[in-house]
Order: sequence, then C-alpha cells, then structure tokens
Amino acid sequence: MYHLKMIFRNALRHRLRTALTVLGIVVAIVAFGLLRTVVDAWYAGAEAASKSRLVSRNAISLVFPLPLAYAGKIRQIDGVKAVSHANWFGGVYITEKNFFPQFAVHAPTYFDLYPEFVVPPAQLRDFQRDRKGAIVGRRLADTYGFKVGDSVSLRGTIFPGNWEFVVRGIYDGADNKTDVSQFFFQWEYLNEVARKVAPRRVNSVGVYVIGLSAADRAAEVAANVDTTFKNSLAETLTETEQAFQLGFVSMTEAIVVAIRIVSYLIIFIIMVVMANTMAMTVRERMSEYATLKALGFGGGHLATLIFGEAFVIAGLGAVCGIVLTYPLADRFGKATGTLFPEFRVHDETVWLQLACAALIAVVAALLPCWRATRVRIVDGLRNIG
Amino acid sequence: MVVEIRHLAKAYQRGDQIVPVLTDITLDIAAGDYVALMGPSGSGKSTLLNLIAGIDKPDSGSLCVGGVDIVTLDEADLAAWRARNVGFIFQFYNLMPVLTAFENVELPLLLTDLGARERREHVHAALAMVGLSDRLEHYPSELSGGQQQRVAIARAIITDPTILVADEPTGDLDRASAEDVLNLIDRLNRELGKTIIMVTHDPHAAAKARSIRQLDKGELAG
Repeated sequence: MYHLKMIFRNALRHRLRTALTVLGIVVAIVAFGLLRTVVDAWYAGAEAASKSRLVSRNAISLVFPLPLAYAGKIRQIDGVKAVSHANWFGGVYITEKNFFPQFAVHAPTYFDLYPEFVVPPAQLRDFQRDRKGAIVGRRLADTYGFKVGDSVSLRGTIFPGNWEFVVRGIYDGADNKTDVSQFFFQWEYLNEVARKVAPRRVNSVGVYVIGLSAADRAAEVAANVDTTFKNSLAETLTETEQAFQLGFVSMTEAIVVAIRIVSYLIIFIIMVVMANTMAMTVRERMSEYATLKALGFGGGHLATLIFGEAFVIAGLGAVCGIVLTYPLADRFGKATGTLFPEFRVHDETVWLQLACAALIAVVAALLPCWRATRVRIVDGLRNIG
Repeated sequence: MVVEIRHLAKAYQRGDQIVPVLTDITLDIAAGDYVALMGPSGSGKSTLLNLIAGIDKPDSGSLCVGGVDIVTLDEADLAAWRARNVGFIFQFYNLMPVLTAFENVELPLLLTDLGARERREHVHAALAMVGLSDRLEHYPSELSGGQQQRVAIARAIITDPTILVADEPTGDLDRASAEDVLNLIDRLNRELGKTIIMVTHDPHAAAKARSIRQLDKGELAG
C-alpha cells in the first residue's frame, strides 16, 4: 500500500513531464501497433491460406499461362479431390486508385474449393447461370456500394476493353481471416472475349487450384503434378496455397522488413527518451532515496519505487496507446480501401504492444535503479534536490 | 557507554590524493548523554556523526553502538540496525515531499512488525509530542521550516531508537524556529532520556548540550 501510494504520487509529481512522457509512449505504442498491423495485413492472404489446397502455375513465371487441357490430367492424379482454375484480371474500376483483386474463375468448381467464401446458394446459382455474372466480397460491396443486380464496369489492362458485369452474389467470410475484398467473374466470359481481343490467351489458365483428398499429401501430390508436366511446353510449379501467397509477399519483403525495423526503432527511441526521463527523475530524488536508505529501507524498496513508477508511466501510455490503436487502425483500413484483404489489430499485436511497454519500463528503470541502490548514503544526502 | 569509539580513522580519496578526515578518534558517550560536536568546516564532525549513525564506514578502528560493533556489519544488517537504533534529524529535514506529515512519521514503522492501528497510535503520540497534532494531513510543502523539522524529529523518535543523531538541525531555520527545535531536542534528552549527538556550528545550540566536543583537523580537541 505504501509502495503504491509513493509510486503513484511520485509519478504525478511533475505532471507535465509525466504527461509528455506518457504521450510519447502513446504515440510509439500506436505507431508500433499500426505498423505491426500493416505487416499482418501483408501476410493476411498467406495466413488465411488452406492447407488442403495446392496452387499450380507456370514454372517459368506467373505471367505465363498454363493450357486449359491440364485440368483433366491433374484431376486424374492420385490424392486430387477437385480442380478449378482462375486468371488474374487486373482491371480498373473507374480509377487506378480503386484497387481490388479480380479473378476470372471456373464458375462450376471454384467456390466448392473455397468453403470460406460463403455465398448464398441462390446467388451462387445465379452467378453460375449468368456468363457476365460476378460475385463480390462483402467488404468490397460495402466500400463501393455494390448490390446484387448492379452493373459494374471494369477497364481491362491485361485484357483490353471495357468489361461489363452484373453483380449476382455477395460473399461473406467464414471467419474474420477470410479476404472479403475480391471480385470473381466467370472464366468462360474471359475466354470468350479473349477470342476477339487476345487470341493468344484463349484456353489458357493463370493458376490451377487443386483440392487435396488429405492435407498431409500436399508434398506428394505437388511433386506428382509437376512430374506429369515435366518436359512439356508449360512446366508447372505446384506449391501449397500458403507458399504461393508467401511468394507474393516475398516480392515486397524489403518493404515489410523496413516496416518491421521502423516499428522497433520507434520503440527503441521512446525507450531512450523514457530512460532519460527516469534518470533525471532519480537524480533529482537521490537525497530522498538516500534518506530512505538511512532510515533502514533496503535496495528492494528503492527498486520497487523506481520500477513501479516506470511501469505506471509506461503502463498508462500502453493502455492509452492500445485503446487508440483500434479506432486508428479502423480508419487506416478504411482509408486504404481494399488494398489489404483484411486490416485488423491482432491479439498478438496487442500482446506485443504490452511487451514493448514492459520492456520500455524495465530498460528505463534499470540504470537509474542501479544508481539509486548503489549510491552511498552520505553522497546521496549531499545531493539536495 | 552507549557509544564506544576506539582509534577510529577515516580518509577520503580526492583524485590521486588521500585526504585524512578523522585520525585516531577515541570517544565514549554515555546513555542519556547529549553531546554537541563542534569545529570548523572540514574538521570531520559530520563524518564522525555519519560513522556513529552507521551511514558511512571507517577505514580503521572500532565503533560500538549499543554494544554492537557496527563496523563488522554488512550493508543489509547495518540497514536493519539503523532502522532499530538510530533516529536521524537532518539539516534540511529530508522529509518525503509526496507523503503527509503522518505518513512521513509512519515511514520508519513500516520496517517493524507493528500493525496499522498500532502504527497510527504511535504516530499520533509522536506528532502530539512535537506539537503538530493538527498538521497530520499536511504535506511538507504546506509546513514551515520549523514545522518540517519537528515532523522530522517525530520521525526520528518514532521507533524509540538507541541514539538520535542531528546534523545541524537548526542550520536552515530562523531564530525562533531554531529555538523551538532546540527546546524540543532538549526535552527529548531530559524527559525521555534520549542519547543525542548533535553536530552544530552554532554556539547557542551547542550550549544546550550537556557536553561539547571540539574537533579540529580530524582530531578531538577537548
């Protein structure tokens, strides 16, 4: 009780100094949380990937397609439960700023492979019946106000021309990890138009999505798929969906690494700032600590007071920072639109924020505490604060 | 004898130089005595007081207080010994600014086994003795210098220590407050039989003591 009283009263002795230090920690914790959330958002696709799906693409590069005829051969490979295919479309909705992923998918099979995309059965049927039909994610629909029955026009970049679609369904995610910002339309429509605008791309597929009969057969099936098409004109590279997604992340890994470094740099900077504050505080109170020692209080008492004060300040900053991270992340997520499949603060981020705050407190208090407990009483008493 | 000092020596190192502060001090102080240590600045009187109070260590010699050779105690034991046996009265009061008068006086009792109720009773009695019963909830910043020193005296006597050490207790006070504090210290000696060792520059303050010991260049002169 006495310790708590002293800790809180000491923490509030220089209110402006404490307030500024807390503010600094709040900014650091918020910045750290947001940057971590950006990194998490970057990996969200990979994290949400299923273990029971493989993705097969052209071994040379994703830019090169695979023949449609591979579908039948893949289906015959032992361990394959289902096969579907998709093409990246890369269209522009009104302006380039409105980015969201668009895929031409094999309508009869694609959604069977993705149970996490929850589409009302009637809407799915409508989509499969309408060659110009599209299914959009809930977040995408909310962002752009798409409703079932709306016409959506995309300007093709890989496949030139203006492409008209009718929204036939809106899918939700089975959980909050599911990417609900995608736009799917029928591959048959793409193939049909490609005959006129890009004949070389007819009957070609961007990737095959392979459903496995058992997740533990992923390596075996992937190897068999690649062996099947070895020495063909379009050799395949088959990997788990997660590895496939991570391949995209690795293309921008330097950015992710930079963000991570910046997030920890922020914590390091505030750690130094708070260490300075605590050092200044303890220096000012050296005569008080010497008095306590003279009265018989041991190093443990002093350490409790100093560490306690550091934890109160850092804890206050952490709590305010964490509370602020949620609305700010929400705003940030909305501002970035559908750039990230999901933008939410993970529990792990909050734990990391708390851990960083604890680390800040410990590091900030360590040296001042060592000094206070080591100072000779007579030297400390001479130090009139 | 409550304090027995034999051939005590203490030196400080300043850069490469070793500066002797106390040389071959031998001194006895009887229980219930009130001793004033006087001498010019740098004569070693505060150092001697610090050694007796167990907040500094001598280089050589023996120093027994209340029958305990405190030179042989380690830091932890010495801290526990101080808590039980020494009451401190500092020139600048050295109260905790974030604690009230009550809490400041209660501070040394937190190191004892007393319960909250007993502590409260002790604190009330001590503050009543120094005439500050009406200032229990005041913070040091809300008290005058004289009142702060009286709180410090209450804190010094709260554990009923073997000795009271006072380092220039009136050095920061006006004449009237100084007189009050000196009278209070005098009462502690006369009425409660406290052994008091006081360092002072002030001959008027020293005159209140039962005996005066002069220090000069680290040696006891009289």
